[in-house]
Amino acid sequence: MNLLTRGMLVVAAVLVSVPAFAQFDITGKWASRSSQDAQERGPGPDPVDYLGLPLNDEGRARALSYNYSMLSLPDGQCGYHTPFYIVLGPFGLHIWNEFDPVSAKLVAWKIGAWVDRDVTTIWMDGRPHPSPNAPRTYAGFTTGRWEGNTLITTTTHMKATQIRRNGAPVSDQATMTMYVFRHGDLLTIRAVMDDPVYFSEPLVRSRVWAMDPNGTLNMGNGVASPCEPIAELPIADTADVVPHYLPGQNPFVKELTERHNIPVEAVLGGAETMYPEYRKKLKDYVPPAICKRYCGCGGLGVPCIEDGTGVPK
Amino acid sequence: MKSAIPLLLLSLLVTAAAGAQGRATQAPVSTARADAPIDLTGYWVSVVTQDWRWRMVTPAKGDYASIPITLEAKKAGDNWDPARDEAAGEQCKSYGAPALMAVPTRLRISWQDASTLKVETDAGTQTRLFYFGDKRPQRGAPTWQGDSVAQWERPRAARGAAAKGGSLKVVTSRLRPGYLRKNGVPYGTDAVLTEYWDVSADPNGDQWITLTSTVQDDRYLREPWVTALNFKKERDGAKWDPTPCSAR
Repeated sequence: MNLLTRGMLVVAAVLVSVPAFAQFDITGKWASRSSQDAQERGPGPDPVDYLGLPLNDEGRARALSYNYSMLSLPDGQCGYHTPFYIVLGPFGLHIWNEFDPVSAKLVAWKIGAWVDRDVTTIWMDGRPHPSPNAPRTYAGFTTGRWEGNTLITTTTHMKATQIRRNGAPVSDQATMTMYVFRHGDLLTIRAVMDDPVYFSEPLVRSRVWAMDPNGTLNMGNGVASPCEPIAELPIADTADVVPHYLPGQNPFVKELTERHNIPVEAVLGGAETMYPEYRKKLKDYVPPAICKRYCGCGGLGVPCIEDGTGVPK
Repeated sequence: MKSAIPLLLLSLLVTAAAGAQGRATQAPVSTARADAPIDLTGYWVSVVTQDWRWRMVTPAKGDYASIPITLEAKKAGDNWDPARDEAAGEQCKSYGAPALMAVPTRLRISWQDASTLKVETDAGTQTRLFYFGDKRPQRGAPTWQGDSVAQWERPRAARGAAAKGGSLKVVTSRLRPGYLRKNGVPYGTDAVLTEYWDVSADPNGDQWITLTSTVQDDRYLREPWVTALNFKKERDGAKWDPTPCSAR
């Protein structure tokens, strides 16, 4: 084969090698970039802060029964978050792919674990979801497909756990859909959690990551922490004790109102509170005179105010 | 046989080129509106599930959570005085383009003409104009909504097939200085806003805009301020409720 023939073969190969689908590559390391919900993603939400959650009455009742000491129960110590935590947690993403060694076709994307979230495997090979009666796991079961330039994933079979790190619940009947968009070095995920048990409408949240080839920024360990339950709480050593609050006895219900002047009705969440017209019900709101806690800090001499004194540290 | 391979390949290339030329001559005159890979028009509503305490109500003075401010920005924010803004007729300082999309609002999106997409908000009664192609806004003093240059972004398509889906990229500059947040977190006249608008549909049929935004401002931000916001499509404008800007 002479040089001309080889050259023309290369050109012809380029002409016919357009990908079969409109896709992009999501493999690599992505640093967390969303500048939103700093308190929820960092130190954590206040004990009763259901702002912006579409909880129904059942969900609200379950949330208010939550006691942080539940985390010290053996099953609580071994509890992870579901893949929805991808858009809630503070960490970066490490994503890789796995191919069939014979056909070289993509089998799955994998989103690496964090200390409190298991690996999320996104099956791309067309396999069906398990039976509705199959056991649940914290990671659930996820499949993916391309629609134009969007990767859409569906997750089922997740264990019941928290949708916010203050006990706001999500049931094992929930399903999650993720929409993955890439724009240059930015990766945006919109996640939709639909829970027929505890929500009155789906919960939608989005986050952004930026490509970070060296993976230097807060990747969340890459593996879920091993679970070695121990006796943490003497009272829980008795099998018939489960920490909880009975209806009407949660001591933190008014805390957000006292700190930020936000009415209790809003603090307790509900789909109505997510829409602009709800602001009409907040017309008497007056902001606190000055921020005293978690006010934003760090970098270039901007001091932290985080202990409730209002004094920068 | 050996000598036939180059001829065959040459024939393939010529045929492909001729086909491309033929398609080009038959193509109608394109406009941004005609070429739109996604439909953004209609009424959309903010769904506030993120930063509720900083969006649905005005946060306390000195609350800069989530925004990567510089010390100069903190000093400016510490001096926030809504009464002074009202007296100066600057109630719209927190309704400029870098902040507007995070304000709980409804959007009314329509084509002003074949090359200009109009985005209106009922909160603050603001109008943004996205200019495609060679069309540019008239240069004047910086404004709350600045000058926005838009372009469609399309995925690569399978050979012989039309590309499906796409996104809108908008870059906005020449901004009148304002607030990133209602409690006086500033941005300056050199701030640049870059946005990507994506549309997707949920399993229940709801349509959503996901808006990825980056604000760059070397004076007041120590790194770009990156956010993602969500808007759900509504059937009509029944809930469209224009309200004036408020400094408080």
